[in-house]
Amino acid sequence: MSILGTRVVRTEDPLFLTQGATYTDDLTDERLSGALHATFVRSQVAHGRVLTVDTAEAARASGVVAVITAADLVDLEPLRGYSFVAKTMVRPWLAGETVRFVGDPVAVVLTEQRYQGEDAAELVAVDIEPYPAVVRLADSVREATLLFPDAGTNVAKTFGDPRPKDFFDDCEVVVSQAIVNQRVAPVPLETRAAAAYWGTDGRVTIWCSNQGAQQVRDQITEWLHLDDGLVHVITPDVGGGFGAKIGADPEFALIAWLARHQGRPVRWAESRSENLVGMVHGRGQDQTVSIGGRRDGTVQAYSIEIVQDSGAYPWLGTALPSLTILMAPGVYAIDEVHGSARSLVTNTTPTGAYRGAGRPEATAAIERAMDLFAAEIGMDPAEVRRRNLLPAFTEPHKTPTGATYDSGNYLAALEEVLAAAGYDDLRREQALRRDRGDVYQLGVGISTYVEITGGEPDEGGEEHAQVEVHADGQATILTGASPHGQGHATGFAMLASAQLGIPLDKITVQHGDTDRIPEGGGTMGSRSLQQGGAAVHQAAGELIDLARQRAARILEANPDDLIVDLPLAGLSVRGTPGTGISFADLAADEPLLVDSTFRAAAATYPFGAHVAVVEVDTESGKAEVVRLVSVDDAGTILNPLLAEGQRHGGIAQGVGQALLEEILYDDAGNPLTSTLADYPFVSATELPSFELIAMETVTGMNPLGAKGIGEAGTIGSTPAVQNAVIDAVAHLGVRHIDMPTTPMRVWRAINEARSAAEATGTES
Amino acid sequence: MQISMIVNGQTRTDDVEPRLLLAHYLREVCGLRATNIGCDTTSCGACTVIVDGLTVKSCTVLAVQAQDSRVTTMEGLSAPDSELHPVPAAFRAEHGLQCGFCTPGMVMAAIGLLADNPDPTDREVREGLEGNLCRCTGYHNIVRAVRTAAAAGPAASSVPSDAQVTA
Repeated sequence: MSILGTRVVRTEDPLFLTQGATYTDDLTDERLSGALHATFVRSQVAHGRVLTVDTAEAARASGVVAVITAADLVDLEPLRGYSFVAKTMVRPWLAGETVRFVGDPVAVVLTEQRYQGEDAAELVAVDIEPYPAVVRLADSVREATLLFPDAGTNVAKTFGDPRPKDFFDDCEVVVSQAIVNQRVAPVPLETRAAAAYWGTDGRVTIWCSNQGAQQVRDQITEWLHLDDGLVHVITPDVGGGFGAKIGADPEFALIAWLARHQGRPVRWAESRSENLVGMVHGRGQDQTVSIGGRRDGTVQAYSIEIVQDSGAYPWLGTALPSLTILMAPGVYAIDEVHGSARSLVTNTTPTGAYRGAGRPEATAAIERAMDLFAAEIGMDPAEVRRRNLLPAFTEPHKTPTGATYDSGNYLAALEEVLAAAGYDDLRREQALRRDRGDVYQLGVGISTYVEITGGEPDEGGEEHAQVEVHADGQATILTGASPHGQGHATGFAMLASAQLGIPLDKITVQHGDTDRIPEGGGTMGSRSLQQGGAAVHQAAGELIDLARQRAARILEANPDDLIVDLPLAGLSVRGTPGTGISFADLAADEPLLVDSTFRAAAATYPFGAHVAVVEVDTESGKAEVVRLVSVDDAGTILNPLLAEGQRHGGIAQGVGQALLEEILYDDAGNPLTSTLADYPFVSATELPSFELIAMETVTGMNPLGAKGIGEAGTIGSTPAVQNAVIDAVAHLGVRHIDMPTTPMRVWRAINEARSAAEATGTES
Repeated sequence: MQISMIVNGQTRTDDVEPRLLLAHYLREVCGLRATNIGCDTTSCGACTVIVDGLTVKSCTVLAVQAQDSRVTTMEGLSAPDSELHPVPAAFRAEHGLQCGFCTPGMVMAAIGLLADNPDPTDREVREGLEGNLCRCTGYHNIVRAVRTAAAAGPAASSVPSDAQVTA
């Protein structure tokens, strides 16, 4: 029986569970011996002019080697970061003239020891004349204050055209709603960390916590104006990323610059309170959705208008509305779909990718819109979805927004999840509680979703792998994917083992060293298995071809007669198993090694359906998720244990956003959630165990038949939970509650609905 | 100042700053880097270790406060090349870890939880681990792992240097 599709426990775990993983701050590499510790001094003012940065007292403090400010960085141009960023909205490495968010780096203290850095950083006196802070998107739109006066605008990027005036003219019913998809913190448990060492050969080695070393290398090479080949990036074990560790952060490059400047290795590991203001935040969209159709339940037109919060400096988050618009129509057959967006700068932490990155925002919007439409026409939300889902398809389907869905069976996913949840029984239970006027009301929320994973051929859709079998029977896989918890070492070894017959414990998977693996796309966009895994699969197949030529000479056989002999881990003549030659023996005289680049035919579109069941205490407003049932179809599953783990984590992050999590600022731009004591990171007590249903609709975009699974759970669960909370109190007259659906928000919504009902004299 | 304690069964004496946190002492002085630091507000539990039979968050204890104590970190649970301790073994079997950063603290907290309650329900596991945050697993498989470990009996709530964790 093939190992593929089986629940193989992880090969990574024995080390992780005895000595622990080795994260960047754990490194004891001798090149880092005597490294200076970097401590950033960050602005505590959201927006203002830097008058003075007095480093004198800090420079005299114990253990301080240097205090670096903007004045020292004369050879560095301000940072553009990504090509879509306007040259008028570039980012200073250290703010010397203007600070634009609380957390903007102003100085770096370099000390012999870690604690000395914290002491000395407090002695750097930064005098800032405050400007008005642009904190809310509504303030940014007004442009009374510009973050970048030279740009003449707060708009960092626009997408799409305005909605045509006659867009909804054919519709009997049109419902509109302003929706906030709130700013949240990614919070990987490992904060950001970096270390740098310059060799006598003029090359720099940078260790840092990231999701793809090759991209980090290219960015730092460009940002520091270094010649190609001078930057070597090593990714140690990474303690979670969730999109927020895509690419290099400015601090990483600055650590490298500082190491050269000081002639000594430098290392940095941020604290959590630094992380919660310094690392990108996710989401941050104000949306206006409008949905129109007929009273029979047919949706004819849908529009989403987005204002994306870029934060203080345009970064990846600025570009994400393009994905929200691309995925706007979701799983539905809607004739007219409109999407437009503006990304605006504000005096807050820059935004970036966070699990789903633009797609959860699309799903949350349309799934809320479907429920609003259902409520307006008085139809069950499951029935409205049934009437509008795209029929099952196996040939690519082109959407009005330009996506080409590869394969889908959305109705099957919906019916599966409804049956598993016992939807009709839940509605009966809900009706009983409503009739009784129970304090604890039941809410049932549905979401059906489709998302985009992997990449198009020229946009991240390729990945590199090397497979080598050694003479001692061991095998080594090099991959350009970059795990941070997903289990690549196990999954990729399974793929090679299935083809070559080499047992898992003899296969080593390596990643994240740009000298050994110059090409790679990292791990993001749920691409690793479908592209990185497909590359390993392809390389192993090519290795067999290479071995076949060699074996044919040795065995004096026709290559076409040689077939893989899995128990032998080699090749045998067809019909005479066990008489052949092992791959190890074929590697005795010259390396048996293949480098291969897999190019995906196109992106893939995983889909699914979730049902959330919540209980809402109508007196306190507190909502508890009591059940979460999900179908997440990601095509062929390589290892159900790993795939379920991805779904669990994704679902939890979605519940966290729907119920609890939000980054908050006061009106002056001071962060109110900059520690884990303040930021309501979802804990074990706030979650149920999840009910997962398996479904596999293969894709033809890669030979594995696999789509991405890393982000699906988040995309599906977030609107299911939000819809469920609203559903629990809908009979009281509540129509919409923004996320997070905190007790205060739910309680307020109930009371406002009651007041409105009393004012109009109607019974609710 | 000079401190002395037993770490994973070995007696140590070191000269440390009085303000040195136990977490930093374990990581940087003892070289035991399995114990991780994930926050600065005693919220995440990644740094959980067992001190004299009690689970503590080592970022909230000064090294000097552990004077004369017996401290166990995840490195002290399973002897090299021997079978995994029942709790880490269950974490592996149930896929109760992904990136691994919360894992050392989660494993130590689970041992303390099982010492307190040898046969917990799902809800009791969730409440017992509320002080340990994980961003990867959604806790689903951590809960399963702790319940699987409970089936191993008293061995699951023991650490090699302190035969039985008290709670």
